[in-house]
Amino acid sequence: MSRLKPRFDALRAEGRAGLIAFITGGDPDFDTSLAILKGLPGAGADLIELGMPFTDPMADGPSIQASNLRALKAGARMTRTLDLARAFREGDRDTPLVLMGYLNPIETYGVARFAKDARAAGVDGLIIVDLPPEEDRELRQLMREESLDHIRLASPTTDERRLPTVLADTSGFLYYVSMTGITGSAAIDSEAVDRAVRALKQATDLPVAVGFGIKTPTQAAQIARIADAAVVGSAIVDKIAAGGPNVVEETLRFVRALADGVRAARQMAAE
Amino acid sequence: MTLERPNSFRAGPDAEGHFGIYGGRFVAETLMPLILDLEKAYAAARSDPQFAIQMNDLLTNYVGRPSPLYFAERLTGHLGGAKIYFKRDELNHTGAHKINNCLGQILLAMRMGKTRIIAETGAGQHGVATATVAARFGLPCEVFMGAEDVVRQKPNVFRMRLLGAKVTPVTSGSKTLKDAMNEALRNWVTTVADTFYCIGTVAGPHPYPALVRDFQAIIGQEVRTQMMRAEGRLPDTLVACIGGGSNAMGLFHPFLDEPDIQMVGVEAAGKGLETGQHAASLTKGRPGVLHGNRTYLLQDDDGQITEAHSISAGLDYPGVGPEHAWLRDTGRVTYAAVTDDEALEAFQLCARLEGILPALEPAHALAQVVKLAPVLPRDHLLVMNLCGRGDKDIFTVADALGIAL
Repeated sequence: MSRLKPRFDALRAEGRAGLIAFITGGDPDFDTSLAILKGLPGAGADLIELGMPFTDPMADGPSIQASNLRALKAGARMTRTLDLARAFREGDRDTPLVLMGYLNPIETYGVARFAKDARAAGVDGLIIVDLPPEEDRELRQLMREESLDHIRLASPTTDERRLPTVLADTSGFLYYVSMTGITGSAAIDSEAVDRAVRALKQATDLPVAVGFGIKTPTQAAQIARIADAAVVGSAIVDKIAAGGPNVVEETLRFVRALADGVRAARQMAAE
Repeated sequence: MTLERPNSFRAGPDAEGHFGIYGGRFVAETLMPLILDLEKAYAAARSDPQFAIQMNDLLTNYVGRPSPLYFAERLTGHLGGAKIYFKRDELNHTGAHKINNCLGQILLAMRMGKTRIIAETGAGQHGVATATVAARFGLPCEVFMGAEDVVRQKPNVFRMRLLGAKVTPVTSGSKTLKDAMNEALRNWVTTVADTFYCIGTVAGPHPYPALVRDFQAIIGQEVRTQMMRAEGRLPDTLVACIGGGSNAMGLFHPFLDEPDIQMVGVEAAGKGLETGQHAASLTKGRPGVLHGNRTYLLQDDDGQITEAHSISAGLDYPGVGPEHAWLRDTGRVTYAAVTDDEALEAFQLCARLEGILPALEPAHALAQVVKLAPVLPRDHLLVMNLCGRGDKDIFTVADALGIAL
């Protein structure tokens, strides 16, 4: 069984939103990436999104583009990304882990083999950015067979006519893209996100996570008041890009600050 | 792989945008509603006689169509075989076939109420054509171009700027056409409300491969009429270069159901197919998903896209239009590959024998003609699409020949 539902249920019981931390698998190298990955739950990440490196990440901004290329340059491959997931899972049985990426490396690996190996490695769900519902029939079926959650994205351009198509086979959570744009874009408009999340909640019982453009603990807290989870990617990846001898500690310290923001959000709102 | 022969080669794509297993719509959710709208708007435009009237008027009076079908007499004599005709699409306004498509797409953009145009460009021909039509209709235009191509194609960069377009150099990835397309897609995702993405070739998410082909099919339609007038019959062989493959689709498509007509698409073999430095995705690639469609791609064993190489910036792309992928698998069209050196030689041959400087892209097609024509009978009618003029390439050619300008 996927760990996503139990985790969101637990968050709901605690009366707070979750922090979803994104890093690119193998950035800047396998060992550093694994150290960061293993440290994320302790730093307060409630869920983890692990990027599968691709040369042409067309929905990603400069930070995540660069992280993909760093990882590939350091030898990242699909098998190594799954190794990361497996190594993480050996030390953590509870934190949900979701793989995020683009279709081509998955197809090259073989979709059936991928779904099976991802499941065996302890992965809970998949986000495939360039695979809309119109094209995902085969993978959707394979994921269901392996009990992998299928997380789809909705965006400000997803109107009432289209939303049912997006929701039809989504499981785990719905990922709301906070703006029309790429990852790491300009600051988000929290009022618009508030309206959008309310509208999505009318249409689905799934938890709604919001991502794209959340860069600071304050912004993460704002989103945590509105949504079931806040996704932070580029800002974390920027800490990894900054490098230095203490890159693991400094990245995790930043994640801790984001998590504190998310955890304090509803208390602040209540006061 | 050869598939069962379909009843018609001209029926694609299906309702979901597939040519066999190729094509489709592989884009982020943000773009899906927009490409569904585009599909509807295009269907409406196709059945609106006003749209056709407006297109035809501009194609005649602004672009200068029909482009001539020219008998290349001296080249034919030199090669001593097939009778060679050039479809002179390099004589169009802006010097290439690209404007046929830009006109169609920008008229469509205006019907959809879009007020800003973006495009990607490799050699700069599509960028220039887009900037030209955008200027003609008073629309702001931004062209994304790989930083490496900005250096290789300075004259076209300056042309685009003179036409009022903003040229944005793209420094990510390999800094060529592939990355320009990534960046244009990223910009489009950010500006969907008011912006129309004018894709330059028969690739991208459905409906682009079909609509670009339809706008380029005027090339083949004219050849049919012109060849009937010149020779009283249809041609025997058609040859065109393939980067994304829009000029080839435009020439081939009206003839796909004529079983006796041979068609040859010519990819860039760069420094040689065996060197790995080429752009021959149909010859050396394998199927995958990039830029919104499933097609043949140059990629490594992990599914990472590899860099293409060609002396011709317009062919320097690791993918190809999905309809070509399908035509390859069905065996309807044959695909060959020509090296940088062979193209350079053909470029010079054409200049001296016919008084025409071809672009380096159709110089690849010409190099294939040089191989094919001598062994064909003298009554064999061969048409090559001379899809662009070579003025833009004189610096590249001089450099390759070791001449300082």
